[in-house]
Amino acid sequence: MLEIKDLHVKFHTRDREAVAGVTLTIHDGEILGLVGESGSGKTVTAMSVAGLLPRRQCDYRGEVLLDGQDLLHADRDFLRTVQGKKIGVVFQQPMNAMDPLIRVGEQVGEVLRIHTDMSPEERRRASLEAMDAVELDDPEAVYRKYPHELSGGMLQRAMIAAAIVIRPSLLLLDEPTTALDVTIQAQILELLKKLNAESGVSMMFISHNLNVVRKLCTHVAVMQRGLLVEEGSTADVFYHPQHEYTRHLIDAIPRRRKYQ
Amino acid sequence: MKSMLRRVLMLLATMLIVSFLTYAAFELISGDPAEAMLGTQATPARVEALRKELGLDAPFLVRYARWLLGFFSGNLGVSYSYKLPVAELIAPKLAVTLWMCLISFIIISVISLPLGVLSYQSAVGRFGWLHTTLNQFFMAVPPFFTGILISWGCGVILRFFTPGDFPDLHADPAGALRYLFFAAVCIAIPRVAMMLRMMRSTVISEMEKDYVQTAISRGNDRQGVLVGHVLKNSLVPAITMLGQTMAEIVAGGIVVEQVFGIPGLGRLLVASIANRDYPTVQAVVVILAFWVVFAGMAADLVNQCIDPRLRLGGES
Ligand SMILES: Nc1ncnc2c1ncn2[C@@H]1O[C@H](COP(=O)(O)OP(=O)(O)OP(=O)(O)O)[C@@H](O)[C@H]1O
Ligand SMILES: [Mg+2]
Repeated sequence: MLEIKDLHVKFHTRDREAVAGVTLTIHDGEILGLVGESGSGKTVTAMSVAGLLPRRQCDYRGEVLLDGQDLLHADRDFLRTVQGKKIGVVFQQPMNAMDPLIRVGEQVGEVLRIHTDMSPEERRRASLEAMDAVELDDPEAVYRKYPHELSGGMLQRAMIAAAIVIRPSLLLLDEPTTALDVTIQAQILELLKKLNAESGVSMMFISHNLNVVRKLCTHVAVMQRGLLVEEGSTADVFYHPQHEYTRHLIDAIPRRRKYQ
Repeated sequence: MKSMLRRVLMLLATMLIVSFLTYAAFELISGDPAEAMLGTQATPARVEALRKELGLDAPFLVRYARWLLGFFSGNLGVSYSYKLPVAELIAPKLAVTLWMCLISFIIISVISLPLGVLSYQSAVGRFGWLHTTLNQFFMAVPPFFTGILISWGCGVILRFFTPGDFPDLHADPAGALRYLFFAAVCIAIPRVAMMLRMMRSTVISEMEKDYVQTAISRGNDRQGVLVGHVLKNSLVPAITMLGQTMAEIVAGGIVVEQVFGIPGLGRLLVASIANRDYPTVQAVVVILAFWVVFAGMAADLVNQCIDPRLRLGGES
């Protein structure tokens, strides 16, 4: 279970706080959709959870508790035992997020190399299983490919495989489908739903697309200028939005689909 | 395979162009080699006879074509000033220079590749300024100056070698290599500084990339990120620069050979230019051109092994 309590992050180079007091909880098995306009602090919130804040370039306070242990102020050595193992991260641009010089399969198995003492052969088998779980066709072939030889959709599947191969309790997905075309996007969403249903992994799903969030997420949190303006179950937020900004966002969804 | 063929053709073309340009350059600047060989006292008739004997009376293009034919049939000609077949004249000097460059190249690679990655930490840390200053300093010192210092310090004072008394490579290989080592260090110093600076900025820009975030998010420690990911990605520009360095070492070597009194290609080149010894100059220049193109080719090949994106016509 992830609890964020009164998180503040302010970069030295900015006047305004990027995150100005966010409190939210993701229970086991929940998928929280984090939406909000560009620059509202979604990514910074996720980075604070993933231990990726550039600590020297910002001030931060509050708490980020994963199963009761604070990550925000934890030392690097402790963070590393959580990163990858309990928290998997999937970024927006799969092409850039992969190391271009390392075979995809090895990157999928990287967390196993870091966090377990599995033999190379065991790691290979586990990686292939994960690649199969994310519905990559012919995992054996993909395993041997380099990132530039795969399409964006395949790479993003591989990134997801890399994140789940060790069965973390939380997945952070920062606009994982934004860079992909619509069909692939829908497939990836289905995949995430399936993974959540099968393994009960919690997710924080960041997106601009409310439609996507409504289909996938159990809960929704809306951010604006570093603040959480609305939070609740997906149904509540969509049918009884409390905040004007949320209503504004919902109205912005194309009419045809709004009451589907 | 196709790219290999293209490379070999490029190599040949480069050598051809370079050799032609040297020939042409001599045509423009030179006085008469026959006169140079006989001295100012020679009668015009004797000079004329010698010109005929050397084939200098033929037109420029004919002479060049003759040289080219000879070159491809393995005949580099006869040196005007040493009266020796050029191949025989060059072989031992080439060996000396090759060894010197090889040692220098090894020093440069062995020091700058690991240190370049390590220096990232010191460069962004508190002593960044010291780093930069030292770096600038070593990059700026000319090799002839360090050459003199090293000859004096390691040679005259510490007696690690006797400056000016180069041991024969065959008779005393250990002594010769020790002698060459100090010259190689001298060539290497500014190159190492340059490589380090390049490596540092490469590593810094690689650290900004997304895949580094991914690597950190998987729980890699600092070393895991640097050695496991950033090092390999920084290697491609480094290897390219090492290829250029391999070519430039030879140029640096010319000066250093003079300072240390090493009988290598550089000294031979300088002497034969002064003596208007066409065949020798020509052969040395073509060897150097070959060296330069070959170094670039070698760097490309190594890079293709490192970076799959550079491999043309792979499986996919
Ligand atoms: N490394 C950084 N240095 C300085 N400012 C930063 C840094 N990272 C983010 N910010 C600032 O923090 C604020 C929040 O950024 P964040 O990336 O969290 O927005 P976001 O909600 O993810 O937007 P988007 O939808 O465009 O991804 C922005 O104003 C941004 O400029
Ligand atoms: Mg973002």
